[in-house]
Amino acid sequence: MNGMVIIGAGEAGVRAALALREGGHRGSITLVGDEPHLPYERPPLSKNYDPRIISPELKVIATEEQLALAEVEHVRGERIVAVDPIAKAVKFSNGTALSYAFLLLATGAIPRRLPMAEPSRHCVYFRTYDDAVAIRSRLGPGLRVVIVGGGFIGLELAASARQCGASVTVIEAQPRILMRGVPAEIAATIGARHERAEVEIVCGVGLADIVDDSDSVTFTLSNGRMVEADLAVIGVGATPVIDLAKAAGLTIENGIAVDSNMRTSDPNIFAAGDCCSFPLAIYGGRRVRLEAWRSAQEHGTLAARNMLGNAEQHCSIPWFWSDQYELGLQVVGLSDEGTSVVRRDIGADCFILFHLAADLRLVAASGIGPINSVARDVRLAEMLIAKKARPAAEMLARPEVKLKSLLES
Amino acid sequence: MTHWVPVCNDQDIEMEDVIRFDHNGRTYAVYRSPEGEFFATDGLCTHEAVHLADGLVVDETIECPKHNGRFDYKTGQARGAPVCINLMTYPVKNEAGHILIAL
Repeated sequence: MNGMVIIGAGEAGVRAALALREGGHRGSITLVGDEPHLPYERPPLSKNYDPRIISPELKVIATEEQLALAEVEHVRGERIVAVDPIAKAVKFSNGTALSYAFLLLATGAIPRRLPMAEPSRHCVYFRTYDDAVAIRSRLGPGLRVVIVGGGFIGLELAASARQCGASVTVIEAQPRILMRGVPAEIAATIGARHERAEVEIVCGVGLADIVDDSDSVTFTLSNGRMVEADLAVIGVGATPVIDLAKAAGLTIENGIAVDSNMRTSDPNIFAAGDCCSFPLAIYGGRRVRLEAWRSAQEHGTLAARNMLGNAEQHCSIPWFWSDQYELGLQVVGLSDEGTSVVRRDIGADCFILFHLAADLRLVAASGIGPINSVARDVRLAEMLIAKKARPAAEMLARPEVKLKSLLES
Repeated sequence: MTHWVPVCNDQDIEMEDVIRFDHNGRTYAVYRSPEGEFFATDGLCTHEAVHLADGLVVDETIECPKHNGRFDYKTGQARGAPVCINLMTYPVKNEAGHILIAL
């Protein structure tokens, strides 16, 4: 019995399935997802809605043909209810069991629930394609939308809703938007862009009450103000899906804990993507959990190679992006690793912040600009970070100095 | 019938770099390799409609600015996930410092 079983058919799970076959695995590969669709990319679900397109397209990660060609059995719309690490088998909700040689948990994350915000017709959470379709179908001129949470999902949806003509209010309990992982200067640029689009952003205010009736939902803020919405989207972060891992007795540490090979505390079980926490080699093994597309891909591929008997270590640098209106944000590395910042101004609403450690090593870079104008420099910054380079601050600050030349020096 | 369209002068593209070139409602990417040779491909990544000219040229590879998709710009060949569809390439010639592509 040398079957590979993957629970979760998102970015990490699908990349793993394909990489297992590419890596020469001859036995069965079973990819189990609880959604009815072909595996699809999540990033477009919240970004840049086109007001002319009422039903957002499903951007598939792998077509039926690609999965068939790789002899990946994709089980859709089914749920695994238990993992038995002793018998090395998983159990489906209908009671059937499937044994494995190696198991990959790529169970992802689900929206964090706000206790007072029960999901309803007016009050929705956001994660899946079906969620995006439901939201998109209601957006239009005159619709009053409240977004709870000024993180990436909330702000991308705010921009999208505005582009479809809705009036939008974003409510953020923290003192500013994008508190997690995005420097204040960049958050301010994004906030100003939302203001120009007439999105109201209210920060530093909690929710005192939510009243959901048949017509609308009314939020009472902690400062007493009341905001009524036809549609409210709750985007207050995500929690890793760890129930199967926990029940199977695997070590949990802000997600399913894996080592640098993506292996859990059970030698036959790996984990990848949003559900796991892993050591980041570039920051001395600091344990993190990321909710990021590229990271999920890398995890899936790496886990697959190690399920095939390799012992490759995770070595990449976190990278994420966001698109709101015409602005594109890219961050590489974790900016909180830095103790000082060097700013490179490139143009209007276009700059890069380089985050330096105390020893002047470049540890992260955050950039914002129209479309993909900072992409190349952020990518070069990533290469500098990987080289553990200490580029001179005055060079980083000057836009006419090519980062490529710093890489060569 | 090959139609040679002028793009720019050879000095307009740095070594190991790329520029965007729009013509007749279509967009292209024109490259200069580290050896100084010129190449041209379709301008948009085959994964999502993103301008490759915003990406990074390393040796014979262009990296998409968004999703790290990689192509060999000399052949158009996709170099692995998330891109799997190759890029269309176009002949390029350098006539006394004037770069032209065949469309």
